[in-house]
Amino acid sequence: MTRFVVRRLVGMVAVLFAVSVIVFVVFMVLPKQNPAQSLAGKNATPLLVENIEEEWGFNESLPHQYLTMMEKVFTGGLVQYEPRIPVDDEIVKRIPATFSLTIGAAAIWLFFGLLLGYLSAVRAGGWLDRILTGVSIAGISIPVFLLAPVLIYVFANQLEIFPNGQYVPFSEDPWEWANHLILPWVTLAALSIGFYSRVLRTNMLDAMDEDYVRTARAKGLSERHVMTRHVLRNSLIPVVTLFGLDFGATIAGTAIITEAIYDLDGVGFYAALAVEKFELPQIMGVTLYGAFFVVLMNTLVDVFYAYLDPRVRLGEAASE
Amino acid sequence: MPVEETSAERGPWSLALRRFLRNRLAVFFLGVFVLIVLFVLAAPLWAEHVAETGPNETHTVEQLTVDGEKRDVVTVEGKPIGPQWFGAGGKFFLGADSRLGRDEMVRLMYGGRTSLLIGISAALISTLLAVVLGLLAGFFGGRVDTVIARVLDTIWSLPVFLIGLAVGIALAVGGLKLGPLELSGGSLWIPIGIISIFTVPYIARPIRGQVLALSRKEFVEAAVAQGAGPLRLMFGEILPNLASTIIVFFTLMIANAMLFEAGLSFLGAAVQPPNSSWGTMINVGVELLRIQPLLAILPGAMIMLTVLSLNIIGDGLRDALDPRGKQKMDAALQFEAQGAEPGTVLP
Amino acid sequence: MSTGPLLSVTDLRVAFATEGGTLQAVDGVSFDLRPGEVLAIVGESGSGKSVTAQTLIGLTRSKNARIEGSVKLAGEELTTAGDVDLRRLRGERIAMVFQDPMTSFNPVYRIGNQIVEAIRAHQPDASKQQARTRVMELFEAVGIPDAEQRVDDYPHEFSGGMRQRAMIAMALALEPEVLIADEPTTALDVTIQAQILRLLEQLNRERNLATILITHDLGVVAEIADRVLVMYAGKVVEQGTLDEIFYDPQHPYTWGLLGSLTRIDRPRPERLPQIAGQPPSLLDLPEGCPFRPRCPHEFSKCPQYPGLEARLPEAAGHCDRCWLTPEEKRAKRLVEGQIGLEAPSR
Repeated sequence: MTRFVVRRLVGMVAVLFAVSVIVFVVFMVLPKQNPAQSLAGKNATPLLVENIEEEWGFNESLPHQYLTMMEKVFTGGLVQYEPRIPVDDEIVKRIPATFSLTIGAAAIWLFFGLLLGYLSAVRAGGWLDRILTGVSIAGISIPVFLLAPVLIYVFANQLEIFPNGQYVPFSEDPWEWANHLILPWVTLAALSIGFYSRVLRTNMLDAMDEDYVRTARAKGLSERHVMTRHVLRNSLIPVVTLFGLDFGATIAGTAIITEAIYDLDGVGFYAALAVEKFELPQIMGVTLYGAFFVVLMNTLVDVFYAYLDPRVRLGEAASE
Repeated sequence: MPVEETSAERGPWSLALRRFLRNRLAVFFLGVFVLIVLFVLAAPLWAEHVAETGPNETHTVEQLTVDGEKRDVVTVEGKPIGPQWFGAGGKFFLGADSRLGRDEMVRLMYGGRTSLLIGISAALISTLLAVVLGLLAGFFGGRVDTVIARVLDTIWSLPVFLIGLAVGIALAVGGLKLGPLELSGGSLWIPIGIISIFTVPYIARPIRGQVLALSRKEFVEAAVAQGAGPLRLMFGEILPNLASTIIVFFTLMIANAMLFEAGLSFLGAAVQPPNSSWGTMINVGVELLRIQPLLAILPGAMIMLTVLSLNIIGDGLRDALDPRGKQKMDAALQFEAQGAEPGTVLP
Repeated sequence: MSTGPLLSVTDLRVAFATEGGTLQAVDGVSFDLRPGEVLAIVGESGSGKSVTAQTLIGLTRSKNARIEGSVKLAGEELTTAGDVDLRRLRGERIAMVFQDPMTSFNPVYRIGNQIVEAIRAHQPDASKQQARTRVMELFEAVGIPDAEQRVDDYPHEFSGGMRQRAMIAMALALEPEVLIADEPTTALDVTIQAQILRLLEQLNRERNLATILITHDLGVVAEIADRVLVMYAGKVVEQGTLDEIFYDPQHPYTWGLLGSLTRIDRPRPERLPQIAGQPPSLLDLPEGCPFRPRCPHEFSKCPQYPGLEARLPEAAGHCDRCWLTPEEKRAKRLVEGQIGLEAPSR
């Protein structure tokens, strides 16, 4: 098991390295424009551009430039220039908002998705099953940038049940915190509930046909014991993997759009703002931190999956 | 199953076509998709003959004659006029798009052209690259496979949207200069390129898997015994057996690419002014959501309709081209004590 | 010693509702199992042997299944037993071993834990430690070396033969009176097959464990069975003691099965003999004797459904379903001097 974890961590570092190289190449090497110009932002003075050139070593060799960039990233030297604020501080203070959004939504979609999936598997063919199939197909097809505006228009603007957006920190007012997050949570969760319930249902139905379930019954275990400790347990494994990947993708993707539409001041919003204003240091920062988080999540999922399914651990060694 | 190079080759395809046509849902959505394509292709016609304006022309201070009355295209408070349908002869059919007073219908059509163009081009390039990489990796195995597989895995584990954002904006600001290749920041090739590259692993990995399996089959051995070289093997023997997978993936890829582009464009990292796509239009629309919700919902709905159609068509293609996938499922439901529809009770 | 039979099956019928119609998988099977006896149920796939076995402990109960007849374990009726009673007797009084030990164990739990699970489901007062110790004893009893290490292994870490031994160990955990082994050796190598059969025979002898052995392989039967039931298309077509079946078989299907055995005490045949044709679709059975389409000895009486009767006055327990007279049978069953079945002439 430790060997597996170590292997995964090494893989993680390799991927992060690749990401940093990509960021470097894309921001510093590929553009026609002088990278110092791009970094300086829209209202740059020639003096600022020159200073940046010095600071970042654009007159040096490429590898040297890369190392300078990485040094800045790790020592908090990544700053936006107008006004001069360190990027990592800005990112860190927006993490609570992003986590509130994504973890809250994830809790909702996991809870309901798994509950409904379990029920529809146990009562396969029933009305619940059929309704959920329809909901799931609908959920996969509706993009977040359609659902969000519709929800806002209907519930926030017309019916005025919920506020229009914006984030209220939990510490400031727990009630308002939730109130402002309900529509965004529903937006993110709605897309996934149907999907997860279907996945669990399919896995459970497959598992129920497996020989080891027959053995469990033949041993005299109660039906509930069989359903939870054998059927559900084995069915959850693929769901967990899916969730891990999904969660990472959500934070680094759908959440950005959701934060932008709902005006939630999270990391995604920061990224969206940076894109709108063409602020390169901000985008670099978000990309690197975001990539780190996502790759970390993927690695954790891999490790957790190996914990849940012992065949994987040995499978790894066998395929080497 | 190996594809035989006789006139019987037309057999499996026409069979598949018939199966597809029997799937009414897929056929219906194929029709929807065709309508959407026609809709966006008609953009220049509509712009010139009906709306008499282009997608970027502003009409902020103008007035429109509707059923005899004169109305402001954009009110003093900045509210754009709503859908006129044919009230003004088709002008501002869906209303004006913002304080800039542009014709929303025209923009919707032209925006769709961009979205579809990027989606289809990216899917084409991505599929092409994926097939080549998958063939090489699966066929040659060994070191070639290791290198290709590792590259694919690295791209696969990246936060694709985030990096797409970063790359998109970097190149939008600074343009692209890679050796002899130069692109300005607003070139559509930039989003097409980004989306293609980042979606390659999605197709390449399954294709590699299939090629690996096919390469070990007897008909390949037989061809080798006949003296066929690697090129002929890859393109003559293996590729035809991948055809159905490729077709299905290509269809689904268009949908994925369009969603990807819309997300990036919404944030401003793909399509740049003066070009617009459905994604950029949503951005504009969200700001005016309270005043005129249609501006955000229309392009969103168009995207959803296109994506939904493509997904259903893709599913239908998959069922038509590989009915055994479904058959295998049916066989599993055969007699072994669970043969009937759940809920059947014996008398 | 008990006098009556331990397990008494009377006219068991199991039908399933399928898309093609009602499928009678088991059509009037009756037999008795005495304490310590080994009964073999033999037949091809689709003969109904597995369904019979699984029905004994209620594994085939479902919305699509109709079960009729009687299964009595020491007088207690099982076909109508409630869920709680059924659960109690599974494992405790009747235990079952399945064909493929790889898929019959849950891959994500350690084998030891799965056996402990069985023990504690029936003996909730047993501590985990006690149960574990019991598992190690069982492993030793079935011949798994290094019991203490292997208890914590996962199923995929065992070899095929060891896995099957572990399955058997799990079946023995609660000291049942009856062991049902459903094709226990089919998924194993030939050499391992022999080991497992020896193990089953040993357990039967040492513990007086009544055993029902389901198989398609008469060779397996010859090693350990006391009595044999031959099934075809859901019906018993012949039943008798091991000697009766092997030395005086009465039904053409049995001749076919015997004829297709390869034997080292005879010259090698040119081609491996087989029974011509395929097992019938249970949805489309011929009128009368189900074996008619494949039987070279079919005659005018066959369209009449033959009853299962003892037709030999000297062997009251040897029954069969064939209208031929015993003399005709003794003559027709010899093909080139050995017992076998020639192909039908059509």
